[in-house]
Amino acid sequence: MKIALSRIAHARSGDKGDTSNIGIIAFDARHYPVLVREVTADRVKHFFGEMVKGNVERYELPNLGALNFLLHEALGGGGTLSLRVDAQGKTLGAALLRMEIEVNESEIGK
Amino acid sequence: MIRIANGQGFWGDWLEAPVRLVEQGPIDYLALDYLAEITMSILQKQKEADPKLGYARDFPPLIGRIQRRLIEREVTVIANAGGVNPIACAREVRRLAPSLKVAVVLGDDVFGRLDEFLAAGHAMKNMDTGEPLSAIRDRILSANAYIGAFPLAEALALEADVVIAGRCTDTALSLAPMIHRFGWKATDWDKLAAGTIAGHIVECGAQCTGGNCQVHWESIPDMANIGYPIIEAEHDGRFSITKHEGTGGRVSVDVIKEQLLYELGDPKNYITPDCVADFTSIQLKDAGPDRVQVSGIRGAARPATLKLSIAYSYGWKAIGTLVYSAPQALEKSRAADRIVRQRLLQLGLKFDEIYTEFFGVNACHGPVAVPNPDPPEVQLRIGVRGQDQKAVDRFTRELIPLVLSGPPTGTGFGDGRPPVREVVAYWPALIPRELIQTSVEVVE
Repeated sequence: MKIALSRIAHARSGDKGDTSNIGIIAFDARHYPVLVREVTADRVKHFFGEMVKGNVERYELPNLGALNFLLHEALGGGGTLSLRVDAQGKTLGAALLRMEIEVNESEIGK
Repeated sequence: MIRIANGQGFWGDWLEAPVRLVEQGPIDYLALDYLAEITMSILQKQKEADPKLGYARDFPPLIGRIQRRLIEREVTVIANAGGVNPIACAREVRRLAPSLKVAVVLGDDVFGRLDEFLAAGHAMKNMDTGEPLSAIRDRILSANAYIGAFPLAEALALEADVVIAGRCTDTALSLAPMIHRFGWKATDWDKLAAGTIAGHIVECGAQCTGGNCQVHWESIPDMANIGYPIIEAEHDGRFSITKHEGTGGRVSVDVIKEQLLYELGDPKNYITPDCVADFTSIQLKDAGPDRVQVSGIRGAARPATLKLSIAYSYGWKAIGTLVYSAPQALEKSRAADRIVRQRLLQLGLKFDEIYTEFFGVNACHGPVAVPNPDPPEVQLRIGVRGQDQKAVDRFTRELIPLVLSGPPTGTGFGDGRPPVREVVAYWPALIPRELIQTSVEVVE
């Protein structure tokens, strides 16, 4: 079945120049493998579409049940150059939490 | 065990936070972070206009306000408030708080040494684009090396009450007291990494005590009185994160995880002047109300280079807004945007970029925003950026006329035309660390 990522994870996002970083964290460490399987760099790139001009990198932090994504060329130039209201990507984590993922009922429990 | 508090996550953070940290419970050190990448260039301009300026001007009055508490409670302050003029900052602190001993850390400011570096063959290429620094040499406004915690620890060893640095890393402010009090060596990589990660957790102030937190944010208690973070550091590198009793906010494993991931790159290679910290080694444990224990941290040897923070003049920008109401608020905003763009084109004005957002529809989340077919109002927000100041200035005159000459229900122009702002851009580069010599001075 399909669920929103926000059902099993929370997030925080920020910037480094024109790169936005999004940390995705499983509420329950048992769901970390679901994140690793479902929230791939390709899917994140596809989800944001034209918003992310560069590539997306993913890093794994199993000790925190978390994934770290770097979205390159995602902030309209970043820092002081950007003309966007969210030049620091502070809202992009909340956006990503709306992405739908495919899970078995048994693996996420009640 | 020593207690290191962070009372300022950036210049402009809550003014009461550092005051409350010294008044509401025990701490040994108060760390205050004032500098963002672009701040140095603003301070450099202030110093050029007045040689007595060029530092974080909020800092000396704060020390004046809390000086009695600092003495009574034996709290030492460590701040990167010095900007490009740490000595002037220290003199102003001494003027307002004459009984405090003030030390400054010097050597990070390399604005006057860039030609020497270039002549010696250091290209200082932009770490993001690979371009050599010579491409923007005549537009540079400030240049500083990020220095680490050891020079700050030297200043603490002089028994200063207030240590003022220029461009040190944010994490160094918290790591320095651990080096000083626990006698950590420059090769104690695991311990230095632990202190660095402690510094990373607290460097954004209340962002690790419940601020900007997505986990049940509605239930976080008393955010109006949020407690700023305190590191309880042990000599072996273990530490806890907590806050003063009775303050608002929340410290939990979830909250700390969010902050650990904030502005993180490669988690195995968190590079600082002091060490390379491995975020995949961190172990967290809830240890009672508003207390998280952190252990297991590993680190590796410090890099042979230091990072330079160079600011240069890039061009000009302006951002203007108008509001349109329902019905068809979005359609009217889109029509107004088209008219503005057509008029700019007809004027023959050139910009590097024209960017439009529709507030209430897609400004934050762009194409992935939840569709909102008939919003009650939409704010049209158009920004331009370019090299030609006159073109940017002309753009600022093109929005308000639409209230009379464009689609109906245009409003929200009360603040007049938007200001034209200089764009100061950031140029990250590397330099061999042996070129940067720091020194420590007590300011009388």
